[in-house]
Amino acid sequence: MELKTLLLEKRSVILEKWFNLILESYPPDASGFLRSQRNQFTNPVGNTILKGTEGLFDKLLGEMDSDSEEAVSLFLDNIIRIKAIQDFTPSQAISFIFDLKKVIREELKNENSGVESRISGELLKLESRIDELALESFDIYMKCREKIYDLRAKEFQDKTFRLLQMANLISDPELRSEEDHGSVLKGKDNNLKPEK
Amino acid sequence: MSNKVPTPDELSKIDYKPPKRKWMDTPVEFKPGTWCYGSRPKYLEAVGMPNPRDWKPSDEDWKLPENWKEIFLEGMEERLRKYRSFRLFMDICVRCGACADKCHFFIGSGDPKNMPVLRAELLRSVYRKYFTTSGKLLGKVAGARELTVDVLKEIWYYMYQCSECRRCSVFCPYGIDTAEITLIGRELLNLLGLNTDWIAGPVANCYRTGNHLGIEPHTFKNSLEFFLSDIEDITGIKIEPSFNRKGAEILFVTPSGDTFADPGTYTCMGYLMLFHELGLDYTWSTYASEGGNFGFFTSNEMAKRLHYKIFAEAKRLGVKWILGGECGHMWRLLNQYLDTWHGPADFLEEPVSPITGTKFENTKSSRLVHIAEFTADLIKHGKLNLDPSRNDHLKVTFHDSCNTSRGMGIFEEPRYIIKNVCNHFYEMPEDTIREKTFCCGSGSGLNAGENMELRMRGGFPRANAVRFVKEKHGVNMLANICAIDRAALPPLMDYWVTDVRVTGVHELVGNALVMKGEKERTVDLRNEPLTSKESKEE
Ligand code: SF4
Ligand code: SF4
Repeated sequence: MELKTLLLEKRSVILEKWFNLILESYPPDASGFLRSQRNQFTNPVGNTILKGTEGLFDKLLGEMDSDSEEAVSLFLDNIIRIKAIQDFTPSQAISFIFDLKKVIREELKNENSGVESRISGELLKLESRIDELALESFDIYMKCREKIYDLRAKEFQDKTFRLLQMANLISDPELRSEEDHGSVLKGKDNNLKPEK
Repeated sequence: MSNKVPTPDELSKIDYKPPKRKWMDTPVEFKPGTWCYGSRPKYLEAVGMPNPRDWKPSDEDWKLPENWKEIFLEGMEERLRKYRSFRLFMDICVRCGACADKCHFFIGSGDPKNMPVLRAELLRSVYRKYFTTSGKLLGKVAGARELTVDVLKEIWYYMYQCSECRRCSVFCPYGIDTAEITLIGRELLNLLGLNTDWIAGPVANCYRTGNHLGIEPHTFKNSLEFFLSDIEDITGIKIEPSFNRKGAEILFVTPSGDTFADPGTYTCMGYLMLFHELGLDYTWSTYASEGGNFGFFTSNEMAKRLHYKIFAEAKRLGVKWILGGECGHMWRLLNQYLDTWHGPADFLEEPVSPITGTKFENTKSSRLVHIAEFTADLIKHGKLNLDPSRNDHLKVTFHDSCNTSRGMGIFEEPRYIIKNVCNHFYEMPEDTIREKTFCCGSGSGLNAGENMELRMRGGFPRANAVRFVKEKHGVNMLANICAIDRAALPPLMDYWVTDVRVTGVHELVGNALVMKGEKERTVDLRNEPLTSKESKEE
């Protein structure tokens, strides 16, 4: 329990450092805006990250004195969904989870050795829980990416269906693939006449 | 590249801080999912655009004409002379930053070059270098830079990451409209054959057949007949609209998206039902079969060229005036450019609603009425028999399209209609609607598939506001009056919000409209059961 008390005391410092660390992955010209603009509608990225980190942190602390694991997926999802469509590699997109470990370690390093040894067991447990979250983050990231591919394919199908249907072209093998970056819709060879 | 996943420890040590560099020294990098394919030669040839060839934006060699720099700079000079606004926008920006955080692409991406001020600066730096004394003499110190192939690529990359939505202009104390800068930027790029395929294709098709899809007259007619049989199934009413009918009072023109792509098709059914119920003396045209105009995303000249077909057709058919469907940029063109291009359409009559006698004073010059105004006027005069409970399964919010709101000032009419045909309507937060509306992220020809990541970023502020009203009020339907919205918002919802669908306003009208002689309705226009019906039966 001692660790939880400590972390609760340092909650605002930890959260602030964690938030700032995440924002450092953005270009300096952007991170200032993401950090300071607190309107959830005009700065949805900054605010989603802010609320996400607070939510994750509180849930993790909540778990510490209960046996059940709290549902943290939503907070993870909200943050990762954003990073998955921005200019990040997969590892960059989920690295923010590890930032939390870093910040907690740093915050605890000034505690005296007595405290340190008493909390080490709890800390280890917390850290492996954070590792688990990282694994979950990979899954969420993959789901977001799959969704993007899905949308690309689906958009094309939806757009084409009615047109092909009415042009009696539904069984036409000419249905183009995405690589052929043309489109039946845009009149690829303008083959839109009924076959007969 | 190795696919090895770094260990957590390795990860925590990596420094993700990007190096601090001035924007001019940060070369452009073509990131996946952010750019559209290059235009194919046949599309450019079809309309006589320069430098048709196969090219890929990701290629090192863009196959530019040898004297590309000359062409670009001469083009710039010509436009500086021709458009006072362009010269002004190049000169007067004080870099106050008021616009910087107002662009949805910046908000969603965190990429500083998507700040409107920097987007404009890409072109402005070239302007300074070649057209101002200080820039010629001082170079970089004066914010000027040489036009190189890399700079050209950077301009291309970011001109096609602007949806020309004008949100930034609302906040600029000098009224600088970055959308206009993008328009001209794209015009210059088009002098070198640097269009995207997604824009060039519709332009070529529109030139040939009158619509973006290249649909020929018989197919256009077929597509509407499809809806007629659906309407008959749902309402029991047989509708027989006319096509290319000379002497009709009104010509109706809508974006072709409404005639081929769900959910726009349901909106189209709504138009057909409304006009039938009114007994309107109107005709469709299979030639002026497109309200949209991708020429506008290419060049001023191309926009002008493609737009006139609507008026040529009105003249040919001898109609009195034109009624336009739920389209976005069609209206911006009419409102902002038509008079300059062609002068007033005074061969037509000043539009008067045959049902209410209302004179649409605001269309004195264009002679073209927006259907939201037309229908709101009908409702105001009590001319429609409406049963809003037929939309009780829907909780609706309204997205102001950039073009109809900022480009034209249509705010109240669609809301008035929705409130009369639906019982559950909820506004999104104030900072995200009306003149401050957030773009769908896919306007100005960016609604291709290959740049999906870009679209998701740009659309995030909009989606975020929808999510808010979904969570707060249970909103499940996002209404709008723009065909690009109807194509672009469904995937946006799918990624960010889920369980919110997209509709045109006239689909809602079609649901609520009690038609003479109709059978009892059990389903809506999407063939889905009406909840009010279900609960009555219980
Ligand atoms: S708000 Fe206007 S003056 Fe200020 S930086 Fe933006 S474009 Fe320039
Ligand atoms: S016009 Fe719209 S997309 Fe373009 S810079 Fe301004 S806010 Fe961004």
